Amino acid sequence: MKEQLYKYILGIADNSLILGQRMGELCGHGPSLETDIACTNISLDLFGQVRSYYQYAAKIAGDNRTEDDIAMLRKEREYVNVLLVEQPNTDFAYIMARHFLFDMYHYMFLQELQKSQDLTLSAIATKSIKEVSYHLRFSSDWIKRLGDGTEESHSRIKNSIDDLWTYTDELFHLTDADKVMVNEGVGVDVTKLKDTYYTKVSEILQEATLEVPESKYFQKGGKQGIHTEHLGYLLAELQYMQRAYPNMEW
Amino acid sequence: MTTTEHHIDKILIPILEQVSDPEIPVLSIMDMGVVRSAVIINNIVKVEITPTYSGCPAMDVIGDDIKAALKDAGYESEINLILHPAWTTDWITPRGRKALEDYGIAAPLEAEADKDVLLNGKRIVKCTNCGSQNTRLVSQFGSTACKALFQCEDCQEPFDYFKCLK
Repeated sequence: MKEQLYKYILGIADNSLILGQRMGELCGHGPSLETDIACTNISLDLFGQVRSYYQYAAKIAGDNRTEDDIAMLRKEREYVNVLLVEQPNTDFAYIMARHFLFDMYHYMFLQELQKSQDLTLSAIATKSIKEVSYHLRFSSDWIKRLGDGTEESHSRIKNSIDDLWTYTDELFHLTDADKVMVNEGVGVDVTKLKDTYYTKVSEILQEATLEVPESKYFQKGGKQGIHTEHLGYLLAELQYMQRAYPNMEW
Repeated sequence: MTTTEHHIDKILIPILEQVSDPEIPVLSIMDMGVVRSAVIINNIVKVEITPTYSGCPAMDVIGDDIKAALKDAGYESEINLILHPAWTTDWITPRGRKALEDYGIAAPLEAEADKDVLLNGKRIVKCTNCGSQNTRLVSQFGSTACKALFQCEDCQEPFDYFKCLK
């Protein structure tokens, strides 16, 4: 139970860590000052949430592990984030498409996690959902602006949604730890979110004058630690300081 | 995680009021509503604080500042960070709202009005410089997680708006 709960927490937190790192990469590189600040604000929210989750996971583990160890000292195969969030920052449309596809899930997931029997998880969810509602608003707005914008912005956001669509199904897969936690009344049964997710995403896409991709071929593996090549590079940067100067602190 | 009552020992209030938010120095942490309880148990002050936003980098500093202020007053202390119940802008006191406005940050509106502003572009946030309501949202995200960036269309001054969080 304890081990499953630990795994379950990482399953939630790793998504926010990796997406937070991706958004943080935009610091000083956003297409405009406002979007730059927005993306790094979002990154900060995600890292804040991650700290709450990892602090709790460290407590559950009950050894000398700290939140930093969990964040910085695992190997690639030990991260269980979904493939969607590790996809690289290419252009702004791609970044917003990735964010939107995750935000919609994230918001719906936290809505359910608030009802968890685990009081710490429910408190983190209640705290986080207020922040994530802003994220979802921000990315939904951009999907509409880019989709219903110029010919160039339309084609870029269209290609991004088409590309990233293949990573959406994995959001709704249950791991072994998930199943145990769902039975305990602690975890969220994500399979039940799937239909509403695609309906809500489709609504925004239609508003953005974008077609809903029809592809039924989906990638998976992240939740089992089998990642795309991009995660390794991301971790190299994320972990650099701890690997080069073990146990360093600010 | 336990939910404690919002109780602060009277004798501690003047001490805690000296501690301010490092990002908004005019606002005491008491007026900000981040101190959820402070009680003296066996000569040790136990303080519970709650973050405004999860990633708020000010929380560590606030914790240290509280410890230091209490130490100056002759108390040892223990600071705990709690998440439940989650902080809301309703906990900012009227005095805190005034301090924000005087400092140049527009205080949060009610939830519905806030939605109208942030989602529908309604112009009701008052410019902190000239008082005009002819203001527009520049960005939902401002200089810190808790603020959005606005500009006044009359006096042209840009200013921060403290986002409503419920």
